[in-house]
Amino acid sequence: MTGILSIMLAVILTNNYVLAQFLGICPFLGVSKKLDSAVGMGAAVIFVMVLATAVTWPIQYLILDKLGIGYLQTIVFILIIASLVQLVEMTLKKYMPPLYKSLGVFLPLITTNCAVLGLTINNITDGYSYVESIFCSIGAGIGFLLALVLFAGMRERMESNTGIPKCFQGAPITLVAASILAMSFMMFSGVVDGIFG
Amino acid sequence: MDKKTNKLAVFTKGLIKENPVLVLLLGCCPTLAVTTSAVNGLGMGVSTLAVLVCANIVISLLRNIIPDKVRIPCYIVVIAAFVTIVQFALKAYLPALDKALGLFIPLIVVNCIILGRAEMFASKNGVFDSLLDGLGMGLGFTWALGLMGLIREFLGSGTAFGIDILAHLGWTPAGIFMLAPGGFFIFGILIAGVNFFSKDGAKKEFSCEGCLFADTCNPEAGDSCDGKEAKA
Repeated sequence: MTGILSIMLAVILTNNYVLAQFLGICPFLGVSKKLDSAVGMGAAVIFVMVLATAVTWPIQYLILDKLGIGYLQTIVFILIIASLVQLVEMTLKKYMPPLYKSLGVFLPLITTNCAVLGLTINNITDGYSYVESIFCSIGAGIGFLLALVLFAGMRERMESNTGIPKCFQGAPITLVAASILAMSFMMFSGVVDGIFG
Repeated sequence: MDKKTNKLAVFTKGLIKENPVLVLLLGCCPTLAVTTSAVNGLGMGVSTLAVLVCANIVISLLRNIIPDKVRIPCYIVVIAAFVTIVQFALKAYLPALDKALGLFIPLIVVNCIILGRAEMFASKNGVFDSLLDGLGMGLGFTWALGLMGLIREFLGSGTAFGIDILAHLGWTPAGIFMLAPGGFFIFGILIAGVNFFSKDGAKKEFSCEGCLFADTCNPEAGDSCDGKEAKA
């Protein structure tokens, strides 16, 4: 139990996928302009991350490793993620139109989100068990959502600031703000080790 | 003559005018993650360059065979195959670099520069042009990553290509530049510098050219983007 908790806390705070490991930077910078779209994107990422892990883990251990074709990992995983996202999109469209309306637009973005592919590969290289992998992906998704929502709040205030030098407007000032947010997340390093020894 | 200058333009546009990292702001993840030293940055750049050139050639060769509807999965398979080759080549011949780049080698698959070039250039142009385009874009990516790696390495650990510099001057390097905040910060400053020196000094936003989903992601920039996928 403590093992699972420390894994989750680590990926949410100290090893945050966006702010410490630089995974999923594109949506982090692209979809964080407004708070509500940040929440939608974060929720969609949690969903896809858990689903992708739930499918890729058994495929790695039951098919790729059994047949000795572990080298196909990259190709197989990206195809699984791409088709999963497509499948989820179609299912939501057909059976849950309200949910599709709020999450659907973000789903195609997630196919090429390196946080999802990175997570599924990480779960294998770290040697997590199936349960640990699932919780790790929930944690990674929550960490992603947290970073996105915090950053959206910062950006909404920044947009109204008119004192930014011209060459810093747009992307550069956004990156500097991200740097400050990442710095505040560094504060957590050591906390997880301190709690769980 | 005219044709020759055209070919030259295809090659050189990626180097500076349409530099994928500093001007188009593509491929942010590896740019931020692996540039803790100049060597790592250059290594990542060259790996990406190799994949980009090979994928561009193959996709250009197959451009009349791949059905339009399933083109994205086809591109991904081609790219993933070359990424796997690069991954194994690095493991065999440069194990230290492979360890330093780690997860970001398989993640070349989802680097939007490569998918973007496949969609925007290789699928519409001949083999030789696609080769030149891949070379130009890849070299632009490589030097940008190398430069950023050099700056971060110098400020963060006081060395350049592993050679001690700051230590001789008796200065203590600021380790934070090697960590995540330093990465964001230096990238921001670099882009601001490019903005300062570029003629129009235009305000830049993230994603856009080459990103298949730019419409969903960044609707304001959508007009200049190829957002077929998101609209469909």
